[in-house]
Amino acid sequence: MAVLVIADHDNESLFDATHKTVTAAQAFGGDIDVLVAGKDAGAVAEAAGKIDGVRKVLHAEGEAYEKQLAEAMEALIVPLMDGYDAVFAPATTMGKNCMPRVAAKLDVMQISDISGIEGTDTFERPIYAGNAIMTVKSSDAKKVVTVRGTSFDAAGEGGSASVETIDAPAGPFKSAFVEEKIVQSDRPELTSAKRVVSGGRALGSKEEFDRLIVPLADKLGAAVGASRAAVDAGYAPNDYQVGQTGKIVAPEVYFAIGISGAIQHLAGMKDSKVIVAINKDEEAPIFQVADYGLVADLFNAVPELTDAL
Amino acid sequence: MKVLVPVKRVIDYNVKVRVKSDESGVDLANVKMSMNPFDEISVEEAVRLKEKGAVEEIVVVSIGPQQAQETLRTALAMGADRGILVKTDDTVEPLAVAKILKGVVEEESPNLVILGKQAIDDDSNQTGQMLAALLDWPQATFASEVVLEDGKATVTREIDGGLQTLALETPAIVTTDLRLNEPRYASLPNIMKAKKKPIDEKAPGDYGVETAARLSVVKVTEPPQREAGEKVEDVAELVSKLKSKGAL
Repeated sequence: MAVLVIADHDNESLFDATHKTVTAAQAFGGDIDVLVAGKDAGAVAEAAGKIDGVRKVLHAEGEAYEKQLAEAMEALIVPLMDGYDAVFAPATTMGKNCMPRVAAKLDVMQISDISGIEGTDTFERPIYAGNAIMTVKSSDAKKVVTVRGTSFDAAGEGGSASVETIDAPAGPFKSAFVEEKIVQSDRPELTSAKRVVSGGRALGSKEEFDRLIVPLADKLGAAVGASRAAVDAGYAPNDYQVGQTGKIVAPEVYFAIGISGAIQHLAGMKDSKVIVAINKDEEAPIFQVADYGLVADLFNAVPELTDAL
Repeated sequence: MKVLVPVKRVIDYNVKVRVKSDESGVDLANVKMSMNPFDEISVEEAVRLKEKGAVEEIVVVSIGPQQAQETLRTALAMGADRGILVKTDDTVEPLAVAKILKGVVEEESPNLVILGKQAIDDDSNQTGQMLAALLDWPQATFASEVVLEDGKATVTREIDGGLQTLALETPAIVTTDLRLNEPRYASLPNIMKAKKKPIDEKAPGDYGVETAARLSVVKVTEPPQREAGEKVEDVAELVSKLKSKGAL
């Protein structure tokens, strides 16, 4: 048996989600090859070869792969699947975007966002925003799977797999990259951060969000998150959103500041190791999942906490 | 330009779902059903494009039981022109949905298909991408802005860490994300008008699609529950507890 893992990266560094996907592929079983499709992504291919448990790295280069355009990724991956029993990709925006195209072309029903594996045909995945866990058995000959990063530990590094350069379809493709606005930040990335500080609607304005949440996060070396209510109110950008419709996080410690704890938010952070909630409403549902709850006015408690650290 | 918008009838997003005690699924009896929220955003976007003059006709399609007609009526009340109900009482997986939609596209020849990025029941996030592959059309998923100009669709997408803009040749597939727009409430006169708009009835077999499931459900269970912890008196106690737990 052999599994192809699709690497997520930005042509300079290999994203941690790839290591987690390798762990999931190991649970599935068989030889594991990693596909690195990119532009000038040699360093990423080298890095992929260092992941424990990888047999070899397939390295494909081309303009259309710089941003891993879905049409190009489909054209590259589908013919490779003759040699594999399964393809695993992280359930990042890259994996979510590309993999269903591959599945449709292989006439396979994809299994999205898996949180567990039982053997080679049975998978666990959250449905209804994590309010239920469904176990499904696939009857398809090949499996197309995307992997929820917070459910698997990252594979270690110590491997020395060889890198094989492969040809990649060059197109032309019917979509073209125009531009990208990536938020530049010295802070850790939200989904892989060890600490996360999230603010909710109780902050009342973007100014207060920036004045209270950001310094606390800076002091902790934490990523900044927000509830959907805070994002919808314009206090924080959409990519800060933690929840079923935003990012799924599971840090060592999660601070929920002025967040009531709607189901959709809880679905995005309830796997955090330690949850701290600060809210002046004693009845807020967030306290039902928090390890440490402080019933207090956040406008006093947060600066005090920032000073105390 | 003609736009096709598929819509799905799902448990209303405000309803707390209950897992059945025999673990066969979630309880759908006597539960409020609504249009999938991401599909509402898709309908709204199509209506806005029509209001801007970039689109002439909006066709909505739903694959589901007879009651999915109500979902189509909601879309018609928001401003879609006509509906197609592909009637089936089976659970249809995204791959089969995409195959049926391919048949609808071949009959209707839209320039653009706008779909929700995922349905809030099975959270699969597949149908739009699968339809794009089956048609060999370009795609822009997770859209936060859609501009139609000179036969091109320029779409800004929400990706990990920021925003990405793609230019697509049409015909094309777009899937919608939350911040694309805020869907309108249908006015009473529009709800009345929608009752007179035509809805065609079809069956999956009309498109030659077999809907047998590829994934069989072994069980559906409650997620592990988290226990509530303790309340602390003040910030000092919080800091000392976190330190002793090794979390700081």
